[in-house]
Amino acid sequence: MEALSSLIAGFSILGDPANILYMLIGIMLGVLIGVLPGLGGANGVAILLPLTFSMSPTSAIIMLSCIYWGALFGGAITSILFNIPGEPWSVATTFDGYPLAQQGRAGEALTAAFTSSFFGALFAVIGVTFLAPLIASMALAFGPAELFAVQLLAFCSFVGMSREPPSKTIASMMLGFALAAVGQDPTTGQLRMTFGWYELLRGFNFLIAVIGLFGIGEILLTMEEGLAFRGRSAKINPRVVLQTWAKLPKFWATALRGAIVGCWMGITPGGATPASFMSYGLAKRFSKRGKHFGQGELEGVVAPETAAHAAGTSALLPMLTLGIPGSPTAAVLLGGLLIWGLEPGPMLFIDRPDFVWGLIASMYLGNVVGLIVVLTTVPLFAAILRIPFSIIAPVIVAVCAIGAFTVRNALLDITFVLIFGVMGYVFKKLQYPLAPLVLALVLGDMAESNFRNAMVLSDGSLSIFWSNGLVGSICGLAMFMLFWPLLSSGLTKLRSGQSQAAE
Amino acid sequence: MRHEDEAGDSFASNRSVNIVVALVLIAVGGLVIVDSLRLGIGWAPDGPRPGYFPFYTGLLIVLSSLCTIILTLMGRMGSNEPFVRREQFHNVMKVFVPMAIYVGLIGLIGIYVASALYIAVFMHWLGRFRWHLTILVSLAVPFALFVIFELWFLLPLPKGPVEDLLGY
Repeated sequence: MEALSSLIAGFSILGDPANILYMLIGIMLGVLIGVLPGLGGANGVAILLPLTFSMSPTSAIIMLSCIYWGALFGGAITSILFNIPGEPWSVATTFDGYPLAQQGRAGEALTAAFTSSFFGALFAVIGVTFLAPLIASMALAFGPAELFAVQLLAFCSFVGMSREPPSKTIASMMLGFALAAVGQDPTTGQLRMTFGWYELLRGFNFLIAVIGLFGIGEILLTMEEGLAFRGRSAKINPRVVLQTWAKLPKFWATALRGAIVGCWMGITPGGATPASFMSYGLAKRFSKRGKHFGQGELEGVVAPETAAHAAGTSALLPMLTLGIPGSPTAAVLLGGLLIWGLEPGPMLFIDRPDFVWGLIASMYLGNVVGLIVVLTTVPLFAAILRIPFSIIAPVIVAVCAIGAFTVRNALLDITFVLIFGVMGYVFKKLQYPLAPLVLALVLGDMAESNFRNAMVLSDGSLSIFWSNGLVGSICGLAMFMLFWPLLSSGLTKLRSGQSQAAE
Repeated sequence: MRHEDEAGDSFASNRSVNIVVALVLIAVGGLVIVDSLRLGIGWAPDGPRPGYFPFYTGLLIVLSSLCTIILTLMGRMGSNEPFVRREQFHNVMKVFVPMAIYVGLIGLIGIYVASALYIAVFMHWLGRFRWHLTILVSLAVPFALFVIFELWFLLPLPKGPVEDLLGY
């Protein structure tokens, strides 16, 4: 019940009208970012991060996390109206959302999407409220070996959960670690991998990578199909909303399943995207109307949206308690924490309860406000989407360039953004996942110093990673996740072999 | 390139680009390994040397990319489909080339003038907008950015001779 009293204290921080204003601005900006191609949650937050350096950390995180919620809501709008997923996690929403819009039921689809997003987020926030203090107090006892083991688990989960080929997931992740190592070695101060190039002294900033990979890369990808896209018009009025709400309780099982899948995938950084696909797949299998999925089933919108939002929200749980972000956007927020001078991890709950609980309280309020905002402003954002892409695209590129420059006031960073953009384009086309790269870039230094400290403690023996039950079981789980692709393909082969033998 | 003659609308198959990218990654991994070896991958009196950790990341880049190449050659990964169709490539280049020029210009004439030019070129050339709308948008957007970043958030952005003339 300590959590409840802390939460109430958190809400009192929200009482500050300035924070409510930042919240509203954040939500509106977030929906805009989620709706526009080339500006997603991760790079939208990355671009706006430098603007918050002068704010108090609590106000800044409230605004930035609200941008994140807004982007999660906004992704559904483009998926349903334009059949273009604004965010990767809303790809599964297009399967049934766009057919619904084609049938003239866009309003219903949007209401269902927003409401189930809200449900997923709320479910996850309640989880965060009660689990976060527990995990944080457990994590207080963690030494470097345990911390590294948790990070190992995070990275191995990527390999196990990712829809991309494991060899490519590992390559992309290790590239992130290598990029993180560029510059001064944090322990000894020696220069690494700068090859005499003075500008590389400060290393690669992950914000630059995020803006390039997700921003410019996405624009190049969008441009492949030319400039035209046509959308369905959206009419949302209170009657449609109420009618849809009356239909939704039927889907409680799907929504609950989606929320649980989402929470699980968000905490182990599988991320919102695989969560949404998994939830859609499960709903299709278990629903009575599973055969009709893909032709415009409301349930097919509910399933991915609850999961995506639950995953997106619960991704903040490991970020706050262990300093390990569960998604690229959470990684950017974590980077923000470091810039504001806060050390993410369990100590945050003791040193800065105002920050932690202000953030958690804002997650409740932010999602309520978000739901109201999106339900009332859909026509506005649908109108923005009708602005020709040949106006929007150059403006987004200019904003990306400015965002890149403001990170460290370095012109060279804008060039790096361009290079990362090309890389993002090629990697996306070849199914290299980008999230592990970004996470490795953010966590690289931290993971490395934990690993080195653990090694120092054990005098260079790897046995420290199974020296006690806790660290051993985390490492064991990590190995299980790492080899899961091999195990599961082995199992499938075994099973098909058996069924053939039976025939 | 054989594929190009057959289909006439693509540059390379998905599979060959897959191998090329894996080879590039192997080269990058090799660089990481070389520099780690220079820094020392062993043990110093006070703990692991700086190359200790990066060495393994480099090694894993090389190994996983080798895996990708082997799987691709075995036909288990990638497809014969074109990596990018010709018209898609043209579309991408139409955006990328002005973007690269824009990035180059920022250092020379400042971000505001470069943005105005870039937006104008993009709108007129690719969007085929009329001049008055093009000029309106390409002036209004940099001005709005100036107000937001320079005046409101007090973040100085790269400026050039035009801003000097105007007294900024």
